Amino acid sequence: MASSQPIKSPMGSQSQNQRSSQQGLKYPSNGKTIYHRPLNRSRTQELSQASFAYLFGEMVSYAQKRVTGIQDLEKRLNNQGHPIGLKLLDLLLYREPARSQTRPLHIIALLQFITTTLWRHLFSRPADALEKSSNPDTPEEYMISDNEPLVNQYISVPKEMNQLNCAAYVAGIVEGCCDGAGFPAKVTAHSVGKGEEGELWPGKTVFLVKFQDEVVEREAFLGR
Amino acid sequence: MASASKAARIGEEVWKSRVDKVNAELVTLTYGTIVAQLCKDYESDYVEVNKQLEKMGYNIGLRLIEDYLAKSNTMRRCTNFKETADMISKVGFKIFLNITPTITNWTSDSKQFSLIFDENPLADFVELPDDGRAQDELWYSNIFCGVLRGALEMAQMQVEAHFISDILRGNDSTEMRITLIRYIDDEMPMEDD
Repeated sequence: MASSQPIKSPMGSQSQNQRSSQQGLKYPSNGKTIYHRPLNRSRTQELSQASFAYLFGEMVSYAQKRVTGIQDLEKRLNNQGHPIGLKLLDLLLYREPARSQTRPLHIIALLQFITTTLWRHLFSRPADALEKSSNPDTPEEYMISDNEPLVNQYISVPKEMNQLNCAAYVAGIVEGCCDGAGFPAKVTAHSVGKGEEGELWPGKTVFLVKFQDEVVEREAFLGR
Repeated sequence: MASASKAARIGEEVWKSRVDKVNAELVTLTYGTIVAQLCKDYESDYVEVNKQLEKMGYNIGLRLIEDYLAKSNTMRRCTNFKETADMISKVGFKIFLNITPTITNWTSDSKQFSLIFDENPLADFVELPDDGRAQDELWYSNIFCGVLRGALEMAQMQVEAHFISDILRGNDSTEMRITLIRYIDDEMPMEDD
């Protein structure tokens, strides 16, 4: 590539350097940037749950004004969670003890990482269940259950929108995590707190993780 | 001075015993994704993004004040705007974000002051886009301005709040100016007889 490009005159490259230094980010005079900040500093810090609820509530109602339907709204929330999952994957692996600081290489290892490490980090407890689809036609499907998603605690969904589950945001985070680990998947959130089980956990949510076919194929090839 | 240390005590006490907590990074990342989405929706029209953030904050402030009053259990009105400032920093910011921004730069008429944010959990992990404009136009934490405006309006104070500097912009501190415009009088119900 480089050899096929016309060689720039030294003058030209100099002026380009000058321009980029003018355009670059400005930093405080003490020179401190986010790169000087220890990555673990906010690991165990806490904020009030109320501030999360306020922000999340505003995020959902803002999204609601810009969409045409429930599916569209869930898609949007999912999209907003996706980049967070991508980043948390790296951040949380970095924080693991050196011994287990490896990327998950199998579906189960990845899902366990999500239901324990990721869940614990975000919601201070592991997910309530991890299951594989028992239907032989859908070997690519896994289900993560959360009996009481923290994000939905202060969200009340109007009757006419009862299909909506705002934990689509968390589904997006999970999806980002899967994509980032090289296990592309689609993740959706479904309310299942109805009927008998609903009496105990009315907000119960299942995150359906649907890996792409190539992921399952690779897994079979690896002999797992 | 007495009011400041009393406020600090209340804030500390409420934060310790009466606040449900979540991991700070969940909040930080959620705020980040909100701002990122606004920047995308408004095609990097940062002036508009600032406005939207202020609006969201205002909506939050209107509701947050009730939570604040219930938790802090302060039944009494602040006697002056200085006391209000103490309560904002040492109780309000403390119980919602576990920070106490420094109050400073009062004007002589005691109607305008600054909050300096040494810590800002919303801005952890944040770097503004290097597009030559964001650092001049975007006030990343502008939601705070709206929260104060909304919350104080419900407490019968009309205020104006805006940032004048932000570490994210390359300034040496993050500073917000708050101005009391007026106390809103109680509207008396019409006499019936």
